[in-house]
Amino acid sequence: MNQPREQIVPSRLALAHISKSFPGVKANEDISLSIAPGEIHALLGENGAGKSTLVKIIYGVQQADEGTISWNGEPVAIPSPKAARKLGIGMVFQHFSLFDAMTVIENIALGLDEAVDREELKARVAAILESYSLPLDPDREVHTLSVGERQRIEIVRCLLQKPKLLIMDEPTSVLTPQEVERLFSTLRQIAAEGCSILYISHKLSEIRALCDSATILRAGRVVATCDPKVETTKRMAELMIGAELRKIEHSKTAGAGAVRLSVTGLSLPGEPPFGTDLEAVSFVARAGEILGIAGVAGNGQAELLTALSGERLAPGPATIQLDGKAIGQEGAGARRALGLACVPEERNGHAAVPDFSLADNGLLTARHRVPLAPHGWISRGSVKRFADSVIKLFDVRTTGYGALARSLSGGNLQKFIMGREIGQQPAVLVVSQPTWGVDAGAAAAIRQELVDLAAKGSAVVVISQDLDELLELADRLSVINEGRLSAPRPVASLGIDEIGLMMGGVHGAEAAAHA
Amino acid sequence: MLEWRRRREPSLPMLALSPLIAIALTMALGMIVFTAMGYDGFHAVGSIFLTPFLEPQRWADIGVKAAPLVMIALGLAIGFRANVWNIGAEGQYVMGAIAGTGVALLTYQMTGWWILPAMVLAGILGGMAWAAIPAFLRVRLQVSEILTSLMLTYVAVQFLYFLVRGPWKDPDGFNFPQTRMFTADQTLPTVLEGTLVHLGIPAALLLALVAWLLMEKTTAGYAVKVVGLAPAAARHGGFSAERTTWATMLLSGGLAGLAGLFEAAGPFGQLTPQFPIGYGFTAIIVAFLGRLHPLGIVFGGIVLAATYVGGEIAQSTVRLPQAATGMFQALLLFMLLATDVLVRWRISWKRRAA
Repeated sequence: MNQPREQIVPSRLALAHISKSFPGVKANEDISLSIAPGEIHALLGENGAGKSTLVKIIYGVQQADEGTISWNGEPVAIPSPKAARKLGIGMVFQHFSLFDAMTVIENIALGLDEAVDREELKARVAAILESYSLPLDPDREVHTLSVGERQRIEIVRCLLQKPKLLIMDEPTSVLTPQEVERLFSTLRQIAAEGCSILYISHKLSEIRALCDSATILRAGRVVATCDPKVETTKRMAELMIGAELRKIEHSKTAGAGAVRLSVTGLSLPGEPPFGTDLEAVSFVARAGEILGIAGVAGNGQAELLTALSGERLAPGPATIQLDGKAIGQEGAGARRALGLACVPEERNGHAAVPDFSLADNGLLTARHRVPLAPHGWISRGSVKRFADSVIKLFDVRTTGYGALARSLSGGNLQKFIMGREIGQQPAVLVVSQPTWGVDAGAAAAIRQELVDLAAKGSAVVVISQDLDELLELADRLSVINEGRLSAPRPVASLGIDEIGLMMGGVHGAEAAAHA
Repeated sequence: MLEWRRRREPSLPMLALSPLIAIALTMALGMIVFTAMGYDGFHAVGSIFLTPFLEPQRWADIGVKAAPLVMIALGLAIGFRANVWNIGAEGQYVMGAIAGTGVALLTYQMTGWWILPAMVLAGILGGMAWAAIPAFLRVRLQVSEILTSLMLTYVAVQFLYFLVRGPWKDPDGFNFPQTRMFTADQTLPTVLEGTLVHLGIPAALLLALVAWLLMEKTTAGYAVKVVGLAPAAARHGGFSAERTTWATMLLSGGLAGLAGLFEAAGPFGQLTPQFPIGYGFTAIIVAFLGRLHPLGIVFGGIVLAATYVGGEIAQSTVRLPQAATGMFQALLLFMLLATDVLVRWRISWKRRAA
């Protein structure tokens, strides 16, 4: 596209015909792309499209089977992340590697390749914070920080190495709208100073707002390279998933049904060391509606879910009522038998056992409502049939009910878990981050299932950090912040700025004061 | 150079093969070590691992030694699956024997079919009671059961020494530190006339079958596995980790106590200071050699029992010291843990890239 210019100024990074296979999958096949100095380049694709593998190859975590990498026009080998950093490649991962009990500056010092004098480091960090006007206190302990602030630590870590290419992996997945705006202005400033940015995301609106060009991956191959400011969002989405997008269909009757779940004044201390206390949480969920609970991670969502699921008991029986029955002191099994199903955010090790087959994972929570183990004797046939039906109905891509949960991609495992719970026809379904890390096609299918479940008369509670998802799904929305839940309000009456401010809570106010 | 690649799923053939590879490696290494020490290494290994199987008159002896190993290992393996590390089976084994012997001494002048079942019950309860202490400490105070169960073993052994030298010493025993011999009604019947093969052997096989059914076919066994693999998922699925800890500790303690009682009422016929010979510890190796699987444990019990029998043979044929048996058993555990890597990793030769 930019052939003439590239001959004068070589690309910062150019990949030619990169291929990488794992046993059973071609993760990357013949991928070529180039990024100019100072360009913000989007890498767009569903989960499993090969974005992570490609990025790992660029950052030296993995080696390509075929193809060449050029850096400023020179062919290079990148055998390790350390070599990548030496070239000038920095990366901010989706999951931060920070120690909660240490301060910001200690975390930065730990992440550096060479030892730097503490005072000198402080001065350099302060200079970076100032020149990019990033609000961050170097002496705060990490567990007191919001997710946006934690991300800034990682960005500062990278900027200290004066990178020529910054890789950002799904950076906005857990940020409030205000934090996203702040991040974007930082990234634009970094790019303006000549640093290239490789921006990985599946959020099309962000890519349109931020990026100069985009490479779209599907099933390990490049399907298109385009200018996201010119291309329509719909067209990019269709390129990404390779099919026409399905629109969520809401039922018309939502919102007026009987109360199925009611929570009254639920207070519960957080589990040490960094748990959040729930403080007088009250809400009702009615038959036929989807109640959305928004909030930035770590504000009590996990505690609320375990309190509802019965993994932790409420202080009094009447605090939680299911169809009018007091269940606050009932355990997880009893609650599920009565029709309250929950899906926690963490799939591996919480919602599912990674080393178990799908069949055995079906048994984990479905045995209370589906006769899989009458009188404590497991009926292998029923267990297999149940898992099989979930796999078929929810289009789980796997080799069969015998496949280990850990062998499935995150999205496929989530489809199985959602299917397992929805398949039990619960009276109330509480689900945290239903589509986190799930590709667009599967996410749409899961959301449709939630809408359909509500339409059949169940109450659905969706706890999510993804505002777009909540606005699309929920009939009413409340926000959880520092363990307190705001009164639910009809989604139609809310503006996105308003929700963002509610989500930000104290942190948001602080950020505003710093700016 | 060696290239290591993580397998996507654990290899099933390797799961079955790795214990056999471990045995082969133990034999090879044992041969080298004993040859280097100036013994006839080839015959030493042959005596320990092969002779017991090749000479039919040794089979009964293998069975007698395998029975307690299998019984104890079955209970331990179920606990290990739940991440409950009962290392003190030896102590529970001793306490089971003590409790059963207590009943035997009380019923010294009585007769009746009920005496042996009463001893069996006491043996099980004795082992359970001893295991209940670490269970309570772990559930209530989060004290590691590894330490408490191990330390309680030494308490149990000292208690045994006290009893056989003091209150329970046989009044007609010429001051030897041992209890009275058990009467006919207090002794385990033999199953095969004229051999040592006692009721404990079929009992161990039956228990292995029951343990297999429990682990594979019931929600209780399922709970044990979930609690061990993913505690948060267990909680989510409505299983209680505390109850599982209690259940597996009591089960493994009870089985160890039963094995102890069978040993006292079988081969020993009384209690003596020589009674604790380390079956409770060897059973840990049996459990791992059997891959924590009830049917694998039967195999593991036979192999380890053979090393006891073979160790005695090697003492006379190649003059190997008695400690050699323990060394082979320890070597086997090392090799087992090492070959475990093969289950999750694929290792191949790869020439270094230029």
